[in-house]
Amino acid sequence: MALEEARSKMDKFQTTSNVTGKRIRQYLEKNKRFDGRKLDEFRNIEVEVGVSKKAEGSARVRIGKTEVIVGVKLGLGTPYSDSPNKGNLMTTVELTPLSSPRFEAGPPKFRAIEIGRVIDRGIRESKVINFEGLCIKEGEKVWTIFVDIYSMNDDGNLMDAAGIGAVVALKNAKMPKYDEKTGTIVYGELTDKKLPLKKDIPISITAHKIGNSIIVDPTQEEEDLSETRVTIGFSDGIISSMQKGESTSITPEEMGEVFEIIEKSWKDVFKKIEKFVK
Amino acid sequence: MKNGLQRRKEEKKVPTKTFKRTDGRKLDEMRPISAKVGVIPSADGSAMWKQGDTTAIAAVHGPKKMHPQHQQDPSTGQLRCNYNLMSFSVSDRARPGKNRRSQEIDKIIEWAINPVLKIKGFPNLVVDVTIQITQADAGTRCAGINAAALALAHAGIPMKDLVSSIALGKLDKTLVVDVNKEEEDYEEGEGSTDIPITMTSDGKMTQMQIDGKITPAQLKEIMQMAKKACNEIYEVQKKALKDGIGGGEE
Repeated sequence: MALEEARSKMDKFQTTSNVTGKRIRQYLEKNKRFDGRKLDEFRNIEVEVGVSKKAEGSARVRIGKTEVIVGVKLGLGTPYSDSPNKGNLMTTVELTPLSSPRFEAGPPKFRAIEIGRVIDRGIRESKVINFEGLCIKEGEKVWTIFVDIYSMNDDGNLMDAAGIGAVVALKNAKMPKYDEKTGTIVYGELTDKKLPLKKDIPISITAHKIGNSIIVDPTQEEEDLSETRVTIGFSDGIISSMQKGESTSITPEEMGEVFEIIEKSWKDVFKKIEKFVK
Repeated sequence: MKNGLQRRKEEKKVPTKTFKRTDGRKLDEMRPISAKVGVIPSADGSAMWKQGDTTAIAAVHGPKKMHPQHQQDPSTGQLRCNYNLMSFSVSDRARPGKNRRSQEIDKIIEWAINPVLKIKGFPNLVVDVTIQITQADAGTRCAGINAAALALAHAGIPMKDLVSSIALGKLDKTLVVDVNKEEEDYEEGEGSTDIPITMTSDGKMTQMQIDGKITPAQLKEIMQMAKKACNEIYEVQKKALKDGIGGGEE
């Protein structure tokens, strides 16, 4: 590898070039995208469950070239004093330097923190987890569910991949064995019992506004151009969480369009992941 | 005197013959290995290394400008490794992020790979290798090194050789190849000694560690066993690279 070649690669990927950005906008004006998708169309979604044997539940989700791995672990914790009979949920996101030259090693930056919080609310507020079912001894001991999300390859829309991964991993997780005498977890042995979950499938879907167009599932190039985005936690017709991100404003009419697109996308995504979340 | 020595030798050998590994492997038998390059499309090079229930994924980014700037070295390019256990890769959830262990392993992996790397011609640049362990069942640093070597070769970084890594062990008095987690936690007799070794294809050692207790004589034997295992690993690595280049990225 010549030094020149190495140097030319140095600044690659840092952002989408103006020329490409302009062309993407021109295409969107005509309701077209580079990869031939419709504005409200997701890329191909692939799901794989049980990717880590040490996790209580795990999933790999690919949306196009974007990939995340999500693992669910259960630990023992103490309940918060305002909810002595309820378990806890903790969602973390690591945007690993493995998945993109844009991510650096080190403590989570804002983007990782935001994805974690938005996905956490999408699950929590949908009430899909029956937190009372995670109580071992009221006021003293409860289960804590850890949902840990790792990006493996970033080609846009890590947010939705993370949300899909989280719900699939939760739905496939099994409770670990609990030793009543010692009050500890017997690691390496899972029971047949699933987590106390309701039937809902809460999926977070993000719509992006570029120019006058609303699109879903952006590639990295499209995501770079996003002026504002709206992530909605949705479960079969009910909105339970929302986050509008970035500084550009959005009109109520546009927001109406977002709702329609998200409702349609939820159905599309649900169809693709249905057999993994029963 | 002679008799006594002979007897001692025999005593030493007896457990070797009767020792049974929990997963039924022969003493010098490795766990099933699968390897694949090109698993991360956005990286310049990448590889997956699965050995039994241990899985490592490595990605290479670079050579690129070293950041932070004060770490730039105008006399050479540098290798920077970042090893990370995923929180759910172990039984008791690991806290995400770096700790002392992973910081040491970063350096161990750099030292293991640097001898075969020819990046002197990239002044001020860095080759970043990120290693994620998705599933840990002992031997994660070795799996990480094997994956990293593959990923570097897949990225086209100049190298004079690959490196191959294997964790050997002494369980009570028996020497074994490729310990798994259950064996690593072996407590009977003299307990478990963990010896990860990394070698080039011509048998030079680039990395070696020991945790436990072992005699120099046994260690010589261990190095012979490591050479044999590393040769096998080297063949798997070569095959993965050939397959990867033939089929291109998925």
